[in-house]
Formats: sequence, C-alpha cells, structure tokens
Amino acid sequence: MIMKTGMKRIFAILLLSVCGSSALIAAENTPVDTGATAWMLTSTALVLLMVPGLAMFYGGLVRSKNVLGTIMHSFAAMGIISVLWMVAGYSMSFGTNVLGGLFGWNKDYFLLKGIDTNILESGVPEYVFTMFQGKFAIITPALIAGAFAERISFKAYCFFIALWSLFVYNPLCHWVWASDGFLFNLGAKGAIDFAGGTVVHISAGVSGLVAAIYLGSRRGYPYQVIRPNNLVITMLGAGLLWVGWFGFNAGSSISSGLSTAQALTATQIAAASAALTWIVIEGFHQGKATALGFASGILAGLVAVTPAAGVVQPYGALLIGIFASVLCYLAIQVKNRLGYDDSLDAFGIHGVGGMAGALLLTFFIRPSWMAEAAGASPTGSWTIWNQLGVQALAVGVAVAYAAIMTLVLLYGLNKIMKIKSEEADEMAGLDRSYHGERGYGMVNPS
Amino acid sequence: MKLITAIIREVQLDKVREALIETGINRITVSLVSGNGRQRIEEMYRGLTIVPDLIPKIRIEIAVNDESVEKAVQTILKSAKTNGPEGSSGDGKIFIIPLEDCIRIRTGERGPSAI
Repeated sequence: MIMKTGMKRIFAILLLSVCGSSALIAAENTPVDTGATAWMLTSTALVLLMVPGLAMFYGGLVRSKNVLGTIMHSFAAMGIISVLWMVAGYSMSFGTNVLGGLFGWNKDYFLLKGIDTNILESGVPEYVFTMFQGKFAIITPALIAGAFAERISFKAYCFFIALWSLFVYNPLCHWVWASDGFLFNLGAKGAIDFAGGTVVHISAGVSGLVAAIYLGSRRGYPYQVIRPNNLVITMLGAGLLWVGWFGFNAGSSISSGLSTAQALTATQIAAASAALTWIVIEGFHQGKATALGFASGILAGLVAVTPAAGVVQPYGALLIGIFASVLCYLAIQVKNRLGYDDSLDAFGIHGVGGMAGALLLTFFIRPSWMAEAAGASPTGSWTIWNQLGVQALAVGVAVAYAAIMTLVLLYGLNKIMKIKSEEADEMAGLDRSYHGERGYGMVNPS
Repeated sequence: MKLITAIIREVQLDKVREALIETGINRITVSLVSGNGRQRIEEMYRGLTIVPDLIPKIRIEIAVNDESVEKAVQTILKSAKTNGPEGSSGDGKIFIIPLEDCIRIRTGERGPSAI
C-alpha cells in the first residue's frame, strides 16, 4: 500500500517507539480512537472471513475426492501462519531494517511480548494492527494453493507455506509497507500498493505459477476432463470474498474516515464492473454467461483494485475492473494453449490481475495525490510516467523475488520430502490419502 | 450378448476406465454403490477405531457382444487388481449375465448391432 499520509504517520510513530522510550510512553498515552478501532476490529474479522471464503471458492472447483483436502489448504494456513506471525512474522514485516533492509526485526515484536499497552498514533491499539496484518499473511499462501490443487502432499504443503511465509511474504511485506522498506520509499511518494497488490496477489500468483510448473500437472491433465464438484459452494465462497474484501481494502486505511470511504467505493465498483465484463466476454466467446465466469470476474476486479483502492476515483475503479477482466480472461486462454496446470488459475487471476492493477492505477491517481507527490519530489514535479516507472519496478521486484525464492524453497524442500502426491494418493484423492475422511456421502463420483 | 457388471474399488476407477477405453470398450455406465463383502477396513473417527458396515464401491456396467466378453473381463481383471499379481480382499467382483436384447432408442434398431 502506500499508504496515505495517515498510514505514514503510524509507521513514523512505530519507528519512534522502537527507537526511543520517550516516544513509546507518548504512544501509550495516546487515547484510543474508539471509532477507528471499532472499524479496524470489524475489518480484521472481515479479512479472516475471506479465508473460509477462499476455502469454499477453491473447494467447489476441485473433484469431489479432493474437496476436504483443498478446503484444508486454507484452514491449515489459519493455524500455521497465525502462530508464525505471532512468533516472528510481525517483527520481520514491521520491525526496523536489518541485514541491509532484507527484512525487519524488533525484539518487542518477537512473540508480540512488548506491545501489550501500545496504542498507535491513529488511536488504534497495536494488537489490532498486528492481527489485521496477520490476516493478510494468512490468506496469501492460501491463495497459492489454487495453483497446485489436487496433487500436493498435505505435510509438504504445511512446510512449504511456513517457509514461504517466512522467506517470501515477510520480506516483501517489509519492503512495501514498513516505513523504512525500500519500495515504500521509492520515488517521490513511494510505490503505491494500497492493500496488497504486490505483497499479496502478485507474490501469490507468481509463486503459484512457479510451483504449478515445478510440480507438474495432475494425472490425466489436460486430456481427462476435470470438472468442479460443486459450483454452489464456489459461488458462496466468491460472495464471502467480496464481502471480506471491504475489510481487506477499506480496512487498509487504518482509520475510519474519508480514505476508508474512498477505498470502499473503489472496491465495490471494480468488482462489479469486472464481473459484468467477464460475462459479456463469455457471451461473445462462448455464447453463455457462466456462474464461474461471474465469480472469476468478481475476483479479477477485486484483485486489480487492491493496490489501487486508496488512490483512484470511482471512474478509475470502473475502468480498472474492465481491463482486469479482459486481461485475466486472456491469461486463462493462454494457459490453456500453453498447457501448464495452474489448476484453479491462481496466476491467471491473482498474478495477472495484481500486475494489471498495480500498473493501470497510475493512470487514474486522484490529482491531490499527484500534487502531494510533486511537492515531495526534489524537482518539484512528478508525472504519471515517473510513477509508472516506480510501479513497474515494484512489480518487477515482487515477480522476480517471489519466483526465485519459491523455486529455491521447492527445490530444497523436495530434497527432504516428496512434495507432489504419489500417483496412488492422487488417484484416491487428497481427502482419503491425507485426512482419512470424505467430503460428501452418497454422491456420484465426478 | 452379455451384460458385464463389475464391482471395483473407488480408487481403481480411473485405471479401469482408461484400460477399457484403450482396448476399444468405451460404452460404459458407472455408479457409486456401497456394499459388504469379505473386505474389512478400519477407519479412525475422533481417535476411535471403527469398522464401517458398508464400504463405498464403484459399479461399472458394460453391455458387449459375445466376442468381446473375454477381452473386457481380462482388461478389468488386470486393471482393477491391487497389490501386484496376488490382489487383495476388496478388489471386487465381475458378474456376467446373458442379455436378451438391446435397443438403440434413437433408431429403434435391435440386437448386436445396437450395442
């Protein structure tokens, strides 16, 4: 995000509270803003709601023998990443630069033991901010699971997302959102990633693509037709994601005021315009508007508006939604031609949508933001082309870092344990092989 | 004409279907059934070992002309067996019964050519 000024102030105070005890005491004396805190608590719950939403979205898209295993990919992230976040994730993400700024560290954040009474300058208790950010850390690795659905060992998945969260998510989050992160300070007013276009969606999408290619296809893909077992739960999941996204985007203002309203409006409009665009494209291309297409459009729009929600006006959100659906739809057609098995289109939607949003937003930035950037620039001027360069660099860094580190982690982990399911386990289904359960009772096999 | 009914393990469906298609038998009907046979399985439910009364199985029905019966049977035998050449309890059974007639609904044609 680049967060708007309010957000920068919060981080300034965070930084101060790390460096000097006087600042810490000042922070402790800040009164709680009950309005902002109430909205941030709500947002935290809304972002958590996206995880079961994602579980349903993905769970409905796989075959019936894999439904529980796929749902467990999302739920396992709620357990694993919450614990890691409390132990070290928050410190690595929002501590002060260590190792030349590779990630952050702050001993008070280790095990969250030193923030018991901290209140941020915005009047929000630091615990709320920690938990809010922790939800983003949970959903990001869960998004990757869509790329290698139906063919990964549960144990290897758990280790993979733990390592990925530590070595990919936390550094990226630090670079983009911490006040001393290098992407946060790029250009006149930083790289714009309001709620996680690069940190969450590009990193998850690109990592998913790398993992899908590294692990190889599912048995029978693409010759055997592999169809969703239950589009009803997929649609319900997409609906929960849309609702939860208001916490994701509007909550990223870390306040309850004007910027919250701006982000919320942009979010609603982009999701709607992208969903409509997707079914119009389908109407021309396939002759029918599918439910899955509408859901895919919702996600494409929400993903693309994620980095943009804080800086674009409603007409910008409308256009970003339209472009996002066109590009994501094309990306999925290209995938079908190329033949790699990104099973649930984690890259096609999150990777492509995230990149589209992070770059396109440049053309719709509200004038007041550009004026502030010009003021902050040493030359006194700042054009959209300057900002586009900053955005492109941030996207490039996220893509390269996520791709390389994911490959390294997969390669290393595969030396210790086999990541891809054995053929027999894959045929029997993840539910039976790794969980000893079945999702449905007496239904016909799919 | 014969009607072949094979009860097989759920997990072998892909293998059996692929093998049948490879030998040129691609007109099959598949359904999920549950049954009780010699196989005994143990499952865990909340830490408790339980033995389900009915075990889920797949039923495959194939109507074939007499000359294809042996080919179909051998293909199923080969592809439905687990645990190497010995096989294991629960691999399933094959039933073959005479088929009195076969009628293609679209054209009304009868007999072996309708299969």
